[in-house]
Amino acid sequence: MTTRFTYLLTGGAVLALATLTACAPADDDTTSSSASPSASSATCDPASLSTLTAGKLTIGTDNPAYEPWFKDNKPANGEGFESAVAYRVAERLGYSKENVVWTSVTFNNAIAPGAKKYDIDLNQFSITDERKQAVDFSSPYYLVRQTVITTKGSKIANAKTLAELAGAKLGAQVGTTSYSAITDVIKPTEKPSVFNSNDDAKAALQNGTIDGLVVDLPTAFYMTAADLDDGVIVGQLPQVGVPEQFGIVLDKGSSLTGCVSQAVDSLRQDGSLAELEKTWLSEAGAPELS
Amino acid sequence: MTHAPSPRQRERFAYRRRQAIRSVLLAALSTAVLGTLLAVGITGAPGWDRVKQSFFAWDKAVEYLPDILDGLWLNLKLLVVCATAALALGLLVAVLRTLRGPVFFPVRAVATGYTYALRGMPLIIVIYLFAFGIPGLRLQGTPDVLVLGGAAIVITYGAYLAEVFRAGIESVHPSQIAAARSLGLSYRQAMRHVVLPQAVRRVAPPLLNDTVALQKDVGLISLAGPIDAIRAAQIGVAQDANFTPYIVAGVLFVLLALPLIGITDWVTLRAARRQNAGT
Repeated sequence: MTTRFTYLLTGGAVLALATLTACAPADDDTTSSSASPSASSATCDPASLSTLTAGKLTIGTDNPAYEPWFKDNKPANGEGFESAVAYRVAERLGYSKENVVWTSVTFNNAIAPGAKKYDIDLNQFSITDERKQAVDFSSPYYLVRQTVITTKGSKIANAKTLAELAGAKLGAQVGTTSYSAITDVIKPTEKPSVFNSNDDAKAALQNGTIDGLVVDLPTAFYMTAADLDDGVIVGQLPQVGVPEQFGIVLDKGSSLTGCVSQAVDSLRQDGSLAELEKTWLSEAGAPELS
Repeated sequence: MTHAPSPRQRERFAYRRRQAIRSVLLAALSTAVLGTLLAVGITGAPGWDRVKQSFFAWDKAVEYLPDILDGLWLNLKLLVVCATAALALGLLVAVLRTLRGPVFFPVRAVATGYTYALRGMPLIIVIYLFAFGIPGLRLQGTPDVLVLGGAAIVITYGAYLAEVFRAGIESVHPSQIAAARSLGLSYRQAMRHVVLPQAVRRVAPPLLNDTVALQKDVGLISLAGPIDAIRAAQIGVAQDANFTPYIVAGVLFVLLALPLIGITDWVTLRAARRQNAGT
């Protein structure tokens, strides 16, 4: 009887101790060091690059592919911003137009773990630390700009300059770069309206409670095309704050990452990216406001 | 001849004094022990430096204080207007609900339906309906969202206050009205001069209580676009990934509520003293 009692006592004591240690303040000081893939100095040409199909570059994107990133849902036509960027990158790597193969990969599958059915994927992926855990990203090929949208017949629908927006009642979602774009770039005389979500802001825009709404460019294209009955893009604002960056997605640890990044970097340095942006974004419906 | 307390009485005094000193010392000691434990527990936690940095950063507080004060001014203006309007609406509805006679059935029914529906309806949804729904009708001369949002708050709080007023009115004994009528006062006069003064005095504490609650709820108007104190703080939090602006706004709200809470306590005390007078 006594032995059993002793066991019970020791057991209880151990349990209490375990609980105590469990309750003790724990600190997680694991500093995750994300090793960025160093741009390898290895030669970047079709002969030395190990792609899915030798000599061919397989590029993934979602189906349907939307404007202004692609045109007519045909990535292979080379029209639309991302299609154009993809072909330029392929060209820098030494793949001619015939050696580029397009494949349809849904947005979620592109960054899901597991074997990839593409060499590179362009699908308006913004570069985030979380995604970097799952896939590789090239250097950014696009820095997202803030854009003013409104509805037909609004007093700013035909605005061409920032000064023309100064007298407007503008709105944005709370905690976004869009709000900073209003207060730091446009500096309107009227206090901006701030909303919990873009849905609320959209309702206010349709009601005429606000004259214009500031969102990022991809959202601007989506909203004016799909959400708003008669939405129009007024124009893009100059860059502000820390913009979101779009990067080309590659398999985690892909041997191509260094070469693709080099290709993107060279496209940025020689002004090709700026030129493509002008052709496929600014002139395709989102003019620049200055 | 001056009164000299008996030795026994002096003993009692001494005992009471000792007891008083002892309880003060004990209270001080236990407060000190608890305070030290809390201080050590919180500041000794491994994450305290980070918490201090993200919730109590003095430079951030100074940086965003002007914006938050700007928003608080909106809260204050809204509070004064909405509280006044809601009190008036509540009193009116309560009086309508207590009307007697079959002729007034529709009035009573509407007033009752209003208090039932609006007390159940979440304020946020009423604000959405008013601030996003009404402008959507695209009528000429639709007022500003600030006015519409304010109306939503008045209508919702009016329903609560109406029930508080009704409780007050019904707590006045029927004999009071009977006495007033027998003195030749009309129903309106009896209500105005006999029932309402007593009713309002009785429910003053809960009315003020609801006003304190209202003070925090007027900020909900920010979901229609205007920037109130909490919204201003939220913008600051988003910009710097630091929660200090929230703490600043919270402290300001407490400071704003203190006078109202003080008045509530004072009114309650005074009412209790008056009611118990002579007993």
